[in-house]
Amino acid sequence: MPQQSVNQDSYDDDLPEEVPPPAAPAASTDALDALLDEIDGNLQVNAEQFVRSFVQKGGQ
Amino acid sequence: MRILGLETEYGITDPADPRANPILLSSLLVTGCRTWAGERTTRWDYGGEDPLMDQRGVRRERTHVIPELLTDAHEFNAKAGSVTLRRRRGSWEDPAHLNAVLTNGARFYVDHAHPEYSGPEVTNARDAVIWDRAGDAIALEAAAAYTAAEDKPIALFKNNVDGKGASYGTHENFLVKRALDFDVLAQRLTSHLVTRQIYTGAGRVGLGMRGEQPGFQISQRADYMETEVALETTLRRPIVNSRDEPHAERKKWRRLHIIIGDANTFDVGTFMKLGTTSLVLSAIEADDARLDALVLADPVPAVWTVSRDLTLRGTVELADGTQATALDIQRALLEIARDYVTDAVDAQVVARWESLLERLARDIFETAREVEWVAKLQLLGRMRGKYGTDGREAPWDDPRIVASDIVWSQLGTGLSARLEAAGQVERLVSDEEVAAALYEAPRDTRAFLRGGIVAARPDIVDAAGWSTVVLDRDTSHGQLEVVHLDDPASASHPLIDELMQR
Repeated sequence: MPQQSVNQDSYDDDLPEEVPPPAAPAASTDALDALLDEIDGNLQVNAEQFVRSFVQKGGQ
Repeated sequence: MRILGLETEYGITDPADPRANPILLSSLLVTGCRTWAGERTTRWDYGGEDPLMDQRGVRRERTHVIPELLTDAHEFNAKAGSVTLRRRRGSWEDPAHLNAVLTNGARFYVDHAHPEYSGPEVTNARDAVIWDRAGDAIALEAAAAYTAAEDKPIALFKNNVDGKGASYGTHENFLVKRALDFDVLAQRLTSHLVTRQIYTGAGRVGLGMRGEQPGFQISQRADYMETEVALETTLRRPIVNSRDEPHAERKKWRRLHIIIGDANTFDVGTFMKLGTTSLVLSAIEADDARLDALVLADPVPAVWTVSRDLTLRGTVELADGTQATALDIQRALLEIARDYVTDAVDAQVVARWESLLERLARDIFETAREVEWVAKLQLLGRMRGKYGTDGREAPWDDPRIVASDIVWSQLGTGLSARLEAAGQVERLVSDEEVAAALYEAPRDTRAFLRGGIVAARPDIVDAAGWSTVVLDRDTSHGQLEVVHLDDPASASHPLIDELMQR
């Protein structure tokens, strides 16, 4: 039974030690500005129409 | 260890034709998913798992029905395991409810007017992240197949609102002990569901169901929560859903169905949503009375209050009349949860929990690589500065800001995906693990049997459900064998094991 031989332990081996995650620095200013510049052209052209046409049916 | 599952309803549009029928689009997307899966997929088994349970709440006695109705009678057979026979009643599929059961144990289908990926059963929050991300990748594969077949683009969104009043869900499922009193369970869990959004929220531009007021709030779903406990999921949505459909042995288990959560594109959001809730459920199962001190006076307005307080300094009233911040309540829950850590993943959850609460209390932006609403607030905040005029920031209802909130969650090319590609989002699972999970089921739950038999012997599988695999091995195809998989934690069944190895 292969499912018996490969169990939780094999996943645990891949996990890092139980130490608190390091305090992550906030996103770099450069990366955010680069992303904003990248999408700028598209947003200037059709943001309003895009928002108006994004209509979904209700789900669960 | 607890059996968990996560379901995502995606937003769907045809960028070239915004008025396209979403049910048809979803149906064509599922067809695309089947194309991607090739022969290794099957239909959904709608066969009655509890044929005598009347929707009106009564259950007919077994002795009062004709034997033909007793399709759930398990006849134990030491060699074959639990297998019953069922007569074939045709193989027609309703296009509006098209399904694909996949080799990774998941179900990809049309739910209402959305495509939905219901991930396979997993045993921990980390695996939930892996198979949830696999679902996003499968949805993109389905979209590529759709585009190839229809010669049209399609856009999918992992969010929960359209800003016009509609909401669609991301549902968590937790297997909990049946012995728990449901009302006590709901009452003790609600404080967590109301306050965990401070690190699980995906962020939303707009306040009110239709975004009537400009602004930003922590949670996508908060404004759509209207009652504490109820059966409904599409109107008057409850914080705790009372649907009783265990998909497992009813005497032993409940499947707790939680609909308040946001869809997360960040690993940490998904991980913490499932990991913390599972630990709080362990405390409830142990009848930990410390939870009673955290019961809220009025949970529904508290959901809205917490979601709109970006300072995390505001308070909500507890049942004993005192005031507490969401951070206070979360810190108390964390202390309780420490006593229920049983494995390495639980320990990771608790360590991350403590660290997130500390940093959120100090400066929310310290968590921008992990907490989705903070990352969104940071990016859109900068955008407001960029588009501001006369020294003032652009308003929250600037169409460029509102559009960016939607595009944030677009699968593949969205802002969240781009931030991640730029190394600005912390990952908890590797690309390799996710790539494997598109095809392979978790090995430690019954999903291994469902996915495994579809992978190994699609020629003899007629359909599959959460707790059944239906085999068609009769040469005249008139008689089907229903294999019952009532234990979600069992990855072995004598007949399926034998067939998979052949």
